[in-house]
Amino acid sequence: MEIFSHNSNVHFLGLRKVSIGIAVLLMVASIALLATRGLNYGLDFTGGVSIEATYDNPVSVEDVRSALDKGGIENATVQSVGGTRQVSIRFQPKDDAHFVLQEGKSPNLDLIANDVAKALQAGRPDAKIAGKDYVGPQVGEQLRSDGVTAAIFVIIGIGIYLWIRFERRFAIAALATEVHDVLVTLGVISLVQREFDMTVLASVLAVIGYSINDKVVVFDRIRELFRSSRKADPEEILNRSINSTLSRTIITSLFTSIAMAALYFFGGPTVHGFAITMLIGILVGTLSSIFVASPILLWLGVSKKDLMPVTKENPELARRP
Amino acid sequence: MSDFPRWRYFLVAVVLVLGTLYALPNLYLPKPAVQVSATHSAVVDEALQQKVTAALQAAKISYLDANLKHDPSRGDFILIGFANGDQQKAAADALKPVLGDDYTAAFNLQSTVPSWLSAIGGRPMPLGLDLQGGVRFLMAVDQNDVIDKQEIRYTQDITSLLKDKKIPFVSVARDPTRGQGVNVVLGSAADRSAASDAIATEYTDLNVTDGASTGNRFVLNAVIKPIKLRDLATSAIRQNLATLSNRINALGVSEPVIQAQGEDHISVELAGVQDPAEAKKVIGATATLEYVAGLGDARDPAVQDAVKTGNVPPDAHLYYGRHGEPYLVSKNIIATGDELVDASSGNDSQTGSPSVNVTLNSAGAAKMLDFTRDNVGKPMAVVYVERTTDTQVVDGKEVRTPKTTYQVINYATINGVFGNKFQTTGLGSTKEASELALLLKGGSLAASMDIVQEGVIGPSLGQDNIEKGLKAVLLGLGLVLLAAAIYYKLFGLVADVALFFNLVILVAVMSAIGVTLTMPGIAGIVLTLGMAIDANVLICERVREELRNGSTPLAAIRAGYEKAWATILDANVTHLIAALALTTMGSGPIKGFGVTLLIGILTSMFTSVTVTHAITALIHHGRKLKTLSV
Repeated sequence: MEIFSHNSNVHFLGLRKVSIGIAVLLMVASIALLATRGLNYGLDFTGGVSIEATYDNPVSVEDVRSALDKGGIENATVQSVGGTRQVSIRFQPKDDAHFVLQEGKSPNLDLIANDVAKALQAGRPDAKIAGKDYVGPQVGEQLRSDGVTAAIFVIIGIGIYLWIRFERRFAIAALATEVHDVLVTLGVISLVQREFDMTVLASVLAVIGYSINDKVVVFDRIRELFRSSRKADPEEILNRSINSTLSRTIITSLFTSIAMAALYFFGGPTVHGFAITMLIGILVGTLSSIFVASPILLWLGVSKKDLMPVTKENPELARRP
Repeated sequence: MSDFPRWRYFLVAVVLVLGTLYALPNLYLPKPAVQVSATHSAVVDEALQQKVTAALQAAKISYLDANLKHDPSRGDFILIGFANGDQQKAAADALKPVLGDDYTAAFNLQSTVPSWLSAIGGRPMPLGLDLQGGVRFLMAVDQNDVIDKQEIRYTQDITSLLKDKKIPFVSVARDPTRGQGVNVVLGSAADRSAASDAIATEYTDLNVTDGASTGNRFVLNAVIKPIKLRDLATSAIRQNLATLSNRINALGVSEPVIQAQGEDHISVELAGVQDPAEAKKVIGATATLEYVAGLGDARDPAVQDAVKTGNVPPDAHLYYGRHGEPYLVSKNIIATGDELVDASSGNDSQTGSPSVNVTLNSAGAAKMLDFTRDNVGKPMAVVYVERTTDTQVVDGKEVRTPKTTYQVINYATINGVFGNKFQTTGLGSTKEASELALLLKGGSLAASMDIVQEGVIGPSLGQDNIEKGLKAVLLGLGLVLLAAAIYYKLFGLVADVALFFNLVILVAVMSAIGVTLTMPGIAGIVLTLGMAIDANVLICERVREELRNGSTPLAAIRAGYEKAWATILDANVTHLIAALALTTMGSGPIKGFGVTLLIGILTSMFTSVTVTHAITALIHHGRKLKTLSV
């Protein structure tokens, strides 16, 4: 079975002005969104409110959660504490009219606890609030700066590897597209104001891995075609590379998307954020592999002779498995 | 077949067998259990076991088994297994009143992994807080301690400031009431205003006011400004958070959650901790060392007098040693655990007894140097300070009283001048030495903390979400497998088999190195598998291309694998770099996710290239092929 004609010869590079234009536009829009709307940080990043509730009779965590949902308190983390009669509820009361994040103690905590009590008692009259407190973020500042360091490390590491294995221009093109993919993915999350929690962060970082993987496959073919063809017109070579890897690019994205879509539709709220972010990232990454990465290469002026001096490849690496 | 040497078949077979073996323990779900252990030195024996089982029968709670276990490092305990979590919780509730204060009934999990599997090191992956829950401690930072420490510090600082400025003074002492600052008594009004100016310019965080003046006593009062106190309290919480993270990470507890709660509480949640008592020892341990001048040991008449009459000289403390022998030590501390930069455990080269090797920071080292230089031939004591909280139930309410115990662990004559590095001996056992080193190295607490609440918490996701998530994962996997088989036919099926083994090996490696499994981790596994198929897509597309270009089937397979390999390597190495960064930067779920990705990329390179090649070679071996099913 084949979905794509192997003779496909779409002139992708002919669209380069349009595609790069759209990519730049999307990036600018994403930066604007991130600057104005920002990300909707979740409990992991901002902290929130922790409330302990006790029941006279045993209660299940699922019942507590559904009572909270009905009462309009969403995305709460509910855990049983110690036995069957006590639960700990943690949430970020963003939409609660009573909640204003303030320095130090705030009288609003009592009102929030009242809202929770109302929600719980609507389902079970024997619910009582045993304690209330603010909780700090789980991701400390230290961790956030570690994250930035890690991102820089990834970019430099990948850049160096591509520089060594390919050529300087490939490294630049890959990283530029990479920045584009991450920014646009974050832009979409900011646009729809999806809660940005630890799992979403993990998937944004996974998007980096996915999309770089995707670009390298195309680059690999570009290098191969440059080396094997006698007179190489860069535009033609790039176009041929995109076309001949097109079915792989799309099939892999499709397969990965199938798994992520299953997570999104059936996985429940906890993997929702992860799955939807991955889906966005896969879409953005796939499109940029086809429409953005190679035009940048062409623009940077990649040519056959750039790739020839490195033909003495490490025989270890080139050896077949 | 020359394309695929025999040793590679052998390698594939060995890896598959090992992978299956070490992935296997995950199929044996641990059963909920209640662990009964002694809090102090109470006896855990068969009689207690009978008492426990009788209590359970009386409460009509059915249990699976009850075993008396001996463990040299943890002491004896009884483990009672249950069929489900509800029975476990009910049993713990029922047992607590029966057992009284001498014993604890804590939740635990009982492994059901067969002994032969455990014997070869097979163990299941520990599950994260979201999937399984764990233990939770709520710790209160002692704000009084923050004030105490600062006021003591300012007392010393003001004394040395006045000495430096050559302002004569009668005394510098803390106000007996906490928070009322430091009282400086001076001989004249002129001295007082000079001192007042000096203190105010040097320490801008202090409010300096004139107090009462009677005769030739002119009192000056310096109080820490409220805003500074608030800063100190916040930074104490922050430093304690960091210290706790260090300690817990050093312990190797995976994916802990350490959060500030309220103004002076810290909540710590540990996943996969089997024994709350054991965890508490490290979390709750607020032990530190103090180095002080020794004023006398048991042979000294002053000490005997102090023990007899209870009259301790005002500048001394009466502490006891490991064997109950009394010592008098100075109240002035030379150095404390705060000033420590490194600590490691070892054995004393001369006596072979367990020791802790300590490195002080420059301030601590300078003080130590000064002190030892001036006091060669005089004794110095090492005091072990530990804070614990006693819980007693009074009128149905839990009353907690923090208690600080001091023990002289070493009392010896100073033989020479110490610098920043030296050794502390006198510890009871090697284990004690390594625990103390861990605590000291983990940093010191800015203010002491007490555990005010502890308990077992359930999974934060809830059972329904876990089931939903797992179902979605299996569905996603199934769909990918199906799609591959439809699109690439036989080659797709081979890829599916490889993918299945990838899952097995991935799980085996994660289990063997003990990666904590969380929901994001599971999502990471799915992503890895989705991407693992990419290598096969690359190979299959290459084989198709070769066939189109007119290669014979066997040549197409060979060329397909050959040409795809370079691409797969480049793509995976770049992906690997990204995963590596996640692993090194990450904490909690991010780290777990990164590790999963890292292992997954490595295993998938093996399975989707080498394993599929082995199977393909096996299938097409020695056959005359006209076409390939790809």
